[in-house]
Amino acid sequence: MELAEAIILSVLAASTPLLIAATGELVTERSGVLNLGVEGMMIVGAACGFAGAWLTGSIFIGALFGIVAGTMMSLIFALMALGLAVNQVAAGLALTILGVGLSGLIGARLVGERITPAVHLSIPGLTDVPLVGRVLFGEDAFVYFSIALVVGVWWFLYRTRAGLVLRACGDNHVSAHALGYPVLRIRTFAVMFGGACAGLAGAYLPLAYTPFFIPGMTAGRGWIALALVVFASWRPGRLVVGAYLFGAVTILQLHAQGWGVGIPSQFMSALPYLATVIVLVLLSRARGGGSTAPAALGTVFVPDR
Amino acid sequence: MRKSLLALATGILLAGNVGAASAADKLKVGFIYLGPIGDLGWTYQHDLARQALVKELGDKIETTYLENVPEGPDAERSIEQLVRAGNKLIFTTSFGYMDSTLKVAKKYPNVHFEHATGYKRNQNMSTYSARWYQGRYIQGLIAAKMSKSGVLGYIGSFPIPEVVSGINATMLAAQTINPNIKVKIIWANTWFDPGKEADAAKALIDQGADVIMQHTDSPAAMQIASERGKLAFGQDSEMIKFGPKTQLTSILDTWGPYYIERVKVELAGTWKSKDSWGGLDSHMFAMAPYTNMPDEVKKMAEDAQAAITAGKLHPFKCPIVGQDGKPVECKGGDRLDDGQILGMNFYVKGIDDKLPGK
Repeated sequence: MELAEAIILSVLAASTPLLIAATGELVTERSGVLNLGVEGMMIVGAACGFAGAWLTGSIFIGALFGIVAGTMMSLIFALMALGLAVNQVAAGLALTILGVGLSGLIGARLVGERITPAVHLSIPGLTDVPLVGRVLFGEDAFVYFSIALVVGVWWFLYRTRAGLVLRACGDNHVSAHALGYPVLRIRTFAVMFGGACAGLAGAYLPLAYTPFFIPGMTAGRGWIALALVVFASWRPGRLVVGAYLFGAVTILQLHAQGWGVGIPSQFMSALPYLATVIVLVLLSRARGGGSTAPAALGTVFVPDR
Repeated sequence: MRKSLLALATGILLAGNVGAASAADKLKVGFIYLGPIGDLGWTYQHDLARQALVKELGDKIETTYLENVPEGPDAERSIEQLVRAGNKLIFTTSFGYMDSTLKVAKKYPNVHFEHATGYKRNQNMSTYSARWYQGRYIQGLIAAKMSKSGVLGYIGSFPIPEVVSGINATMLAAQTINPNIKVKIIWANTWFDPGKEADAAKALIDQGADVIMQHTDSPAAMQIASERGKLAFGQDSEMIKFGPKTQLTSILDTWGPYYIERVKVELAGTWKSKDSWGGLDSHMFAMAPYTNMPDEVKKMAEDAQAAITAGKLHPFKCPIVGQDGKPVECKGGDRLDDGQILGMNFYVKGIDDKLPGK
């Protein structure tokens, strides 16, 4: 039982940065913008988040630094992809390359520095409840915030008028424009939200996961977040399932190796991606072919003024 | 013309006197690094060695380095760039630079190259690496003494001979202390992903390991072991600040003496292509201070280190029994020969796991 609890706790921690980054990207993509720069925004968020916590001694301020850094990065993307209407794929890839370089520059002084990691909740009575106590009341604030975030996004997208407008921009920007909605402004806000989430997801790594900073520490998690949005077919509910599935497979394959289960570790590492492909095929078949993506995803919109 | 005037003017300003040895007379030495110099691991240690070199021979040489150079076509361009910039001795510090280095070496026969951890050589291209398995043997002894649960946790990067020989050396040593010792092996399938390395360490500890060993590059595993009150070994560099009460020792890549030696022969004009696979005796690597262990364990480790250095103790001394229960062919007389160690693709008896891809 203790082992089961330990595994669940590891899964929660491993899934959290994926869930936060993917939630942000989901909103961005729902507005019709494909930002492939998640990895770049995350890595800058990691560097700035760590810098903030190191300078002030506060994890909260560190997280804020990460959010601001991610948002600033996303504004560079918004300027290129929305303002200048350049190709979104190229702009996103450029953002990632820029981010990796920037984080090295910002983080050069930070390597080897230490901070006190984010504290875990400890509510006397509740946290000590066997099995569920540690899971429900014993993790750091990021874990619970990530769940609140995705619930909030679901509510916003499906229960508010603003969410409906945002989705409309992603499905048909010409109609949304014709109805008088400021498509580019809405998309800019969506891109900034995605950047803020990516920055926070990046900051989670040096603030809570492994409390030190090393260049390259996001190690491709931004790309997994991008895959997750596709896996979830742009729906917040499925995103939660997907994020925990990815996290669970990552952790369980490590345990399987420790137990000596004879499946090659390389195959186990590839499982989440294989699952993505299968889910995509199944969803596509269920709909009778075609994509579940927002119809205007990745297309440039230049309003005729 | 303008350029040389400018250079002359700068030279006068900087040196203050004309006619003494100018920068042009200094030997230019170049380095190509895979990671950032702040990675706290592999590249960091190569750069420390470069700094040691500058400290020792700084009045005779000038060093340049390029960091974050990916393996592949970019490496070739970067190496060639160092050649064009006038570097006469170039160190390429990652296995994946092997073919690029060879290609450039063939093109510039008057420049000397030193490639780390590869096996291809040329008249003007040497190779160098270290016998880290010697250090892992010492770690195996310490681990077996310090483990209360009798289960060691081992985080591997990729199942290549260098990593496999490290696991075997650890196990052979540990078995001399405790014949029933167990080792749990988790392959991270990456050299560097702090999050995943931390997860692997958590999984190993959750499954009962109380001493963590790693062949991946970040201090994440050390930090997790420290958080959970377990013991661990560092990798490549000193990681004790990530686990002041956790680190038992660490294998330190100390390339400094080798770099100094090679630059000296270059300066003397007697550089020759050769293969160096040095161990503790030639200071190709070192062991960090033995800490967080009782004095008798420390003494045992120091004795083993002395015996290995003196050549009296060899980690792969025959007979060695493979995982399948059959004795391994002994090509080196009373021990495995270097070829067998460099190409090691089997586990020794007692490892209760399957080698991936076997």
